[in-house]
Amino acid sequence: MPTNDHNTLFGQPEYVEQFERKKEFENGSSAEEVARVSEWTKTEEYRELNFAREGIVINPCKACQPLGAVLAALGFEKTLPFVQGSQGCTAYFRSHLSRHFKEPIATVSSSMTEDAAVFGGLSNMIEGLENANAMYKPEMIAVSTTCMAEVIGDDLSAYIKTAKDKGVVPDDMPIPFAHTPSFVGSHLTGYDMMMRGILTDLAGAKADSTDGTLNVIPGFDGYSGNLREIKHILGSMDVDYRILGDYSDVVDAPATGDYDMYPAGGTTLEDARQAIDAEGTIALQRWSSQKTGELISKEWGQEFVAGPYPIGVTATDELIGEITTLTGKPISDELELERGRAVDSMVDSHPYVHGKRVALVGDPDVLLGLIGFLLELGARPVHIVATNGEKKFKKAAEALLASSPFGADGTVWTKKDMWHLRSLMFTEPVDLLLGPSNAKFLWADTGTTFVRVGFPLFDRHHLHKRPIIGYRGAENLLTDIVNTVLDEMDRTSKNTASFDLIR
Amino acid sequence: MSASAKINQTQKLIDDVLSVYPEKTRIDREKHVKPNDPSDCSTCAVKSNVKSRPGVMTVRGCAYAGSKGVVWGPVKDMVHISHGPVGCGAYSNWSRRNYYNGETGVDAFGTMHFTSDFQERDIVYGGDKKLGTIIDEIDTLFPLARGVSIQSECPVGLIGDDIEQVAKAKTTEHGKPIVPVRCEGFRGVSQSLGHHIANDAIRDHVFEKAGTEIEMTPYDITIIGDYNIGGDAWSSRKILEAMGLRVIAQWTGDATLAELANAPKAKLNLIHCYRSMNYICRYMEDTWGIPWEEYNFFGPTKIYDSIRRIAAKFDETIQANAEALIAKMKPEMDAIIAEYKPLLEGKTVMLYVGGLRPRHVIGAYEDLGMEIIAAGYEFGHNDEYKRTYPLLAEGSVIMDDATPYELEQFTKALKPDLVGSGVKEKYAYHKMGVPFRQMHSWDYSGPYHGFDGFSVFARDMDMTVNSPVWGLIRKPGTASVAAAERVAS
Repeated sequence: MPTNDHNTLFGQPEYVEQFERKKEFENGSSAEEVARVSEWTKTEEYRELNFAREGIVINPCKACQPLGAVLAALGFEKTLPFVQGSQGCTAYFRSHLSRHFKEPIATVSSSMTEDAAVFGGLSNMIEGLENANAMYKPEMIAVSTTCMAEVIGDDLSAYIKTAKDKGVVPDDMPIPFAHTPSFVGSHLTGYDMMMRGILTDLAGAKADSTDGTLNVIPGFDGYSGNLREIKHILGSMDVDYRILGDYSDVVDAPATGDYDMYPAGGTTLEDARQAIDAEGTIALQRWSSQKTGELISKEWGQEFVAGPYPIGVTATDELIGEITTLTGKPISDELELERGRAVDSMVDSHPYVHGKRVALVGDPDVLLGLIGFLLELGARPVHIVATNGEKKFKKAAEALLASSPFGADGTVWTKKDMWHLRSLMFTEPVDLLLGPSNAKFLWADTGTTFVRVGFPLFDRHHLHKRPIIGYRGAENLLTDIVNTVLDEMDRTSKNTASFDLIR
Repeated sequence: MSASAKINQTQKLIDDVLSVYPEKTRIDREKHVKPNDPSDCSTCAVKSNVKSRPGVMTVRGCAYAGSKGVVWGPVKDMVHISHGPVGCGAYSNWSRRNYYNGETGVDAFGTMHFTSDFQERDIVYGGDKKLGTIIDEIDTLFPLARGVSIQSECPVGLIGDDIEQVAKAKTTEHGKPIVPVRCEGFRGVSQSLGHHIANDAIRDHVFEKAGTEIEMTPYDITIIGDYNIGGDAWSSRKILEAMGLRVIAQWTGDATLAELANAPKAKLNLIHCYRSMNYICRYMEDTWGIPWEEYNFFGPTKIYDSIRRIAAKFDETIQANAEALIAKMKPEMDAIIAEYKPLLEGKTVMLYVGGLRPRHVIGAYEDLGMEIIAAGYEFGHNDEYKRTYPLLAEGSVIMDDATPYELEQFTKALKPDLVGSGVKEKYAYHKMGVPFRQMHSWDYSGPYHGFDGFSVFARDMDMTVNSPVWGLIRKPGTASVAAAERVAS
């Protein structure tokens, strides 16, 4: 017997009639009024009102700092993220990351309540560290904060010292910390602060000479596949490297019949301790590594390079160039071959992407990468929205757009959200939308062909395991874009002569 | 009277599991985890609704999650501001699948995330001025919104903002209810206090303020505490309408402000999620003498029972309709049972959900021949547990605010064929190779309530318990053994 679930059930006449009957009690607006307002929200007039707002933020494309702090911590072996503050925040970080990665996320909270609001969170932290250490036996506990702990002014450094003095955790256990208030920056800032905190805590005394290695910081990257791809690139170039915060295996553990709350993988603490002696450090993302970069360049006295986040051929070329400069290792034959294949695919597919007007929403580094890739393909980025973008990002994105005639139509919008983007897409329509799952509502409203890219990816499975960086990532991204365009072409042409077998 | 062998056996298991905790935490956890004694044994009751231990992973959320996420968020024709920093709204946005009809962004707002996105200056100087601006902007951009609720995040209560004053002034200015809700996440010990605070806000800011004229009939009822996850409230409403009753308000799945305000006009309030909305039912009873009745639309046995209990509150016409409906639906339900029971009979289930379902879904599993061997609540109170003990077998494990560690250990020891819990637990079970269903969001399926929901429930439990994918899981290093076994067979 076929089962009707919500996908088909509520379209049945008895439900359609029920919904009509319910309207008697809803005090809703008339269908005409709804249609009128609906059309009005698509107008220039509405766009002006929408862009005039100063207070309310609607459908922002960003999350808060401690989410990034948790992800950064997960990249280190047997490390337990510990969030000082209200416990609901931690429940949210865990479920948010689980919905994206389809993986369990182990993180604890100090479960602060009203009394902590009055007396401070010291006793919560002491009991919390004791319990977490006894039960979960981590090698490192990485402490970040929610806005509650920040507003009441919890002093993490002093609290951790007190906990160690009281002997509830071993004196030699690394307990790095980062203040990560949600009312500053975004998840990218939190990643940066926690990474800086961990590296600061673990780094030993700097040796007299470098050990010739290269540190690589992936950044807040929703793609475990990207972390694996950068390791592939570095391995192929025979670079002696270490990834700082390698969560690729932690958020992509195998099903073996056992649950391990610290899946095999993650940067070992020993490796992280030696990071200070490396020849240099590359952060793949500029906007999630600013504070960490200061630590590495100023305090460690190391060469520090931020980006480019290698989406597309040109950005990958540039990144590989940076790696070569730092290590003296040239591009490998294998990578050259991958580059050739990616370019070959781009040549094959360009007719379906060339000239397409594109709207983009996401994190700054992802956007810079996507802009570059679209320009390479002859597509035209039009609306670029970064809720968590800063002035420097805007400048960088504008410079990138200016570097190509295909960038002439592009406008970069920082501190804007997806409700702004809705107005932009209604008043200046585009052919294609690139963004995370949350952008699907723009697809629904405007009917614009949509390719999911970025973070979070909630409503499609396993996309995060395929890289979008490097030459192979460029090929993946190209495949997604061109085939989505072709799917849409089939849908619109299915009852016409244009329904081609061969494209 | 000595405890039974079964109880002793379970107690020993519990002692083993809890032995890993530091002493203070172990003594505390011992009060929250007990073997079930279905008889009325006061010393066997678990302790509940108290603080979680710091540093011990809890599944629980916060008061904001209880108010914005559960009670207020589904009210579709209001704009709900997540007032404070950006995260709370970002993480809770549309995660509970409270289905609704309406045009999003025009006359309904359920899937949208409205945040005041507090910055450092708002913490330092206060957010009240910004809140006023925000309410004006919402009035301009969303003229068909019937009202606004202000869902407080932690900083609001810590920096001393007076959102009540802003709400009062703006209610007068715009002529629409602006509802301040003090659901800061640090209040209370779980989502539960958030439910209560949200109920109180409806009482204080909606009742007798936002009602509309409706013609009354003797058959007017409400659905209270159904959040329409995957369409649950709709499949429930179908039953009640088929009985000849008139549902004048649906709280709060697919609800409108008018439905909230008009509920006190009902002859009877029907409550599904007792935990999150008993407060408002009691208030309506105390204030206007409106009786309320708990019901359970999970699985045919409980549905028939609930239909009859509801009908008994009305006249013979309704009672006759009820019997006719049961007679009509029974063959269909029997057919579902005939299809799925042979596939699920004897399978055991462990449940760890919010404040209602661990007891409410027992009947539906039993209809399919399945047995609940362990059950617990994230944020239940004494009244839930009292209602649960008699429903479960002696010696089954009862757990309050269970930790993922405890869940894992009980799973290993009791080897349930199915575990039902939430998204934070789900993927650990996938690693362990234990069939798992999300029993908050229905794993993006549903509805599970009502007659139409039971076929979906049965299909989903079967697909997960009996999926062949579990059989592919193997431990590393066992491949050669497996190969040898294949050759041998």
